[in-house]
Parts: sequence; structure tokens; C-alpha cells
Amino acid sequence: MATAYDITTKQAEPEQDSPAPVVAVENVYKSFAGHKVLNGISLRVNRGETLAVLGRSGTGKSVLLRLIIGLEKPDAGSVCIHGQDLAGLGLDRMGEIRKKMGFLFQSAALYDSLTVQENVAFPLEHHRRDMPKSERADRVRQLLVEVGLETDIDKMPSDISGGMQKRVGLARALALEPEILLLDEPTAGLDPISSAEINELILKLQRERRMASVVVTHDLHSASTIAGRLALLNEGDVVIEGTFEDLQQSDIGFVKEFLKQS
Amino acid sequence: MSDRGFTPVAGLNPPLPARRIDLPSSVADYATKLFNGFFEWFGSLGIFSWRVLCAAVTPPYEWCELIRQLDEVGSKSLPLVAMASGAIGVILSLEARYTLSRFGAKSMFPATLVYSVLQVMGPVITGLVVSGRVGAGMGAELASMKVTEQIDAIEASAINPYRLLAATRILACILMLPLLTIATDACALLTGWFAQAMVEPLSFHQFIANGFNGATFSAFLPQTLKTSVYGLIIGLIACFQGMRTRGGAAGVGRAATNSVVLASLFLILADVVLVKFILVFFP
Repeated sequence: MATAYDITTKQAEPEQDSPAPVVAVENVYKSFAGHKVLNGISLRVNRGETLAVLGRSGTGKSVLLRLIIGLEKPDAGSVCIHGQDLAGLGLDRMGEIRKKMGFLFQSAALYDSLTVQENVAFPLEHHRRDMPKSERADRVRQLLVEVGLETDIDKMPSDISGGMQKRVGLARALALEPEILLLDEPTAGLDPISSAEINELILKLQRERRMASVVVTHDLHSASTIAGRLALLNEGDVVIEGTFEDLQQSDIGFVKEFLKQS
Repeated sequence: MSDRGFTPVAGLNPPLPARRIDLPSSVADYATKLFNGFFEWFGSLGIFSWRVLCAAVTPPYEWCELIRQLDEVGSKSLPLVAMASGAIGVILSLEARYTLSRFGAKSMFPATLVYSVLQVMGPVITGLVVSGRVGAGMGAELASMKVTEQIDAIEASAINPYRLLAATRILACILMLPLLTIATDACALLTGWFAQAMVEPLSFHQFIANGFNGATFSAFLPQTLKTSVYGLIIGLIACFQGMRTRGGAAGVGRAATNSVVLASLFLILADVVLVKFILVFFP
């Protein structure tokens, strides 16, 4: 297994000839109880591309992901998935769009009354009812092998570590073979080796499946490893967007400070 | 010397600042908040109910979860309901015998017990016991799922949580309450007869024959079926309180408490309306 320091950055090349971005966030504003969290933010992600969203705590990174998957509604602006604006969609129509998306929660948000295997099988049982049971079981096993948890299938979420919970969450997010992967702090709270394993797993998935991914993280090393493009948020605005090298060469004080402290 | 420690000089003493008591404005603010909160709560409940209704009547139907909830609400409540109704049957029997003896109407004992159990006590006891057990359980379970983002995870997995979590639970309550009421009635009558038979010889056959003498289905059926409305109230309030929870462990506790308190309160208030309705339409 690679360590945190020997992973090579091998992101999949984004498709430049794609007619429309897979995820398009346009001029989005969001406030909670009068407190402005996002202040006219705009971001685009193409197929096969990974965008890492960086920033201090409370700058609206997780809110941005929740807006993209429709768990929150913007106060103004638009969020489009495959050119479809999410505004005004009912839960069932939204469900059709969400089937193309996988979401890894910061806390993993596993169903605590279900085993590891049942957690991963959950989306399949609801959306692939036509799939034979044995095929579903094979698919779950394959996903758990991919995240390295094939020996823990009967354990409850409370019986496994935080890193393992994240991997189960990742396997669950991948169950419906999404075109868009949203990862909220995939390496937060993990030791360097577990972080490196998660990073390597994400890179492998990107190479094999060519998904559009948005990764929210504090971890600059992780971001530079798994993402081709980075966006740094501060007080609800995008301070800078570009490659890791663009960030390193930036003269903006906040960017310099962020890189220095990371 | 004045009480301020200096000699008063006419025209130069600054007046003491008046102590402002904003009691009327505080009361007005409080009343406004209460008023707004009251309408906000009912408005949210209305929106929640509409979403659940839309989810419940459109496919895909969550049959597996419904069966699990029927077991949770029905089978698992049965022992508690049976014990509570058994105790109520004995109490009613003791009270009825004593009261009827005073008025020389002991022969009315079977009918008194049957009518008081089937028309009043059975449905209300079932409703309150289920409200306590199921209301608190559902409220706490959903609240816990909400604060740990499990409900968000369900929604992110393209599954409608109103269909999977709320509609199934509410429907299970609606379907199981009348069945539990029948069990309550049976237990209460059995223990009521037993308590009487321990004091004076009274065969079960005689007790039933006298108790149900001249009774028709219409005398008992509406009383039993009205518990479906109790089920609706218990399920709806518990799911609503659970799924709107905020604030960690304290929020979960609040949701469980509010589910029981509000469901019990609305159940009793609804009973007032239902009794009048039944008296008018099923005289």
C-alpha cells in the first residue's frame, strides 16, 4: 500500500470537448439565519475532472456540496446537473438526477441499524429491484473488495473505525455507478496511512470510471493528489481557482497564508 | 444631604434616570412569537402531511418497510397493550360492581362493563398506550437519524424519505390501531369477567350473553375504527417531530417527548370530535 508521500498524481484527463459541464454552479448565494455562507459563487466541473474545494472551516464548502445534490436550495443563482436546473424539482424528479450522483458524507452517515453489507446494498435494493438477488450480492461484494472491506461485511457501523466507515460510505456512494461523485472531507480525522489509502482509492476510481468529482477538503496534500483543479474559498467567495501550481504562484495574501499553514 | 450623598441645589440636581419596565412590550413580543410559532408549526405540519400523502400514493411502494413497521407497531405493542387493558378491565370491574350494587343494579354489570370497555376505555387506552410506546420510539428513531445525517443520506441515495420513513410508519399506525383495540377490548373484558367471577359465580358465557344482549355491530364498529384516526395522529406527529429535529442529543430527547405529549393531547382532542361525530352519524 502506498504511503501519504509516494502517491503519484495521476488524475484522469477531463473531457475538453464536452458540450456542457456536468456540474454548473452559477452565481449562488446562500445564507443561514441571516449569516451569509456563499456569496455569489460560480464553479463548473466537466466529465472526468476532479475539482477540490478548499478553505477554512465554516466557509461554506459542505454547503456547496449539499447544494449540488439538492439537499439545500440556493437563495439565488442556479445549480445545474447535466444542464438541468435543480430549482423547483420535486423529490421524485430530483431522485432521478440523484441516481447519477454519489455522495460521501463527512460523517459517513451510515445507517446504524444495518450491517456494512446492508448499507452498501441499500441503494441497489431500492433502485435495482429488477436485478437478481445473487447479482446484487455479487455487486455489493465487488464494491466492498474495491474499498478493501470484504472481510467486514457483517459488522455493524459502530464496530468499525472511522476510516472504515468512510470506505463503506464510499462503496455505498458508488453502488449505483454514479457519473458524479461528491466527497465531503474524505480524509478528515484519518491517520496519514488511511488518508493515503482513501486518496489512492479515489484516484483509482477516477481512472477507471471517469466520473466528475467534487472533493471538499482541508487537506491540501490530499487535494493536490486527487484533484486536477482546486478552488479556494474564503468568506463565501472563490479567492482563486486553478491548478496546484497556480495556487503556489499566486500573490494573493490569503492564498499564501493558506498554503503556508497547510 | 440627599440620599445620593450631596447637598441638593435647586435646579442643579440631575433627575434620577427612570427605571424602564418594558413589561407590555415584552409580553407583546412573547405573544407575537407564540402566535407565529403556533402557525409556523401547523403550516409545517400541513406541508409535511402533503408531502407524505403525495409520496404514499405514488409508486414505488415500500412494502418491505411497511411490513416491518406493521410488526413494530402491532406485534411489539401487543404485550404492553394487553397488560394495560387487563389492569383496566379489573379496575372497571371492581368499580362497576361497587357502584351498581349501591343502586341495586348488579344485573347490569355485564352490559356496563362491555359498553364501557368497547365504547370508551378500549379505544382510548389503546391510543394512549401506543402513543407512549410507538410515538416516543418513532420520534426518537427518526430524530436520531436526522441529526446523524442518515435521512440526508437516504435522500442523497435518490430515495424519498417521506415515502420510506414517514408514509410506512403512519400507514402501519393507521392499520394496526383498530386491531390492537380489538385485542385491548378482549383482554379488558376477560380480566373484568375474571375479577367478577372471583367474587360471585358468573359463567363467561352468561357474562357475554348478558353483556352483548341487544347490541349491534354499529354500536361498536365505529368506536373501534375511529382508532385509525388515532393511528394517523400518532404516526403523523411522531414522524413530523422526528424528521424536523435539530440540535443533537438534546434535540432527539425533545423530539421523543414532544411526540408523546402532542400525540396524546391531539388524540384526546380528536376523541371529543369523533365521539360527537359518531353520536350524530351512528346514533
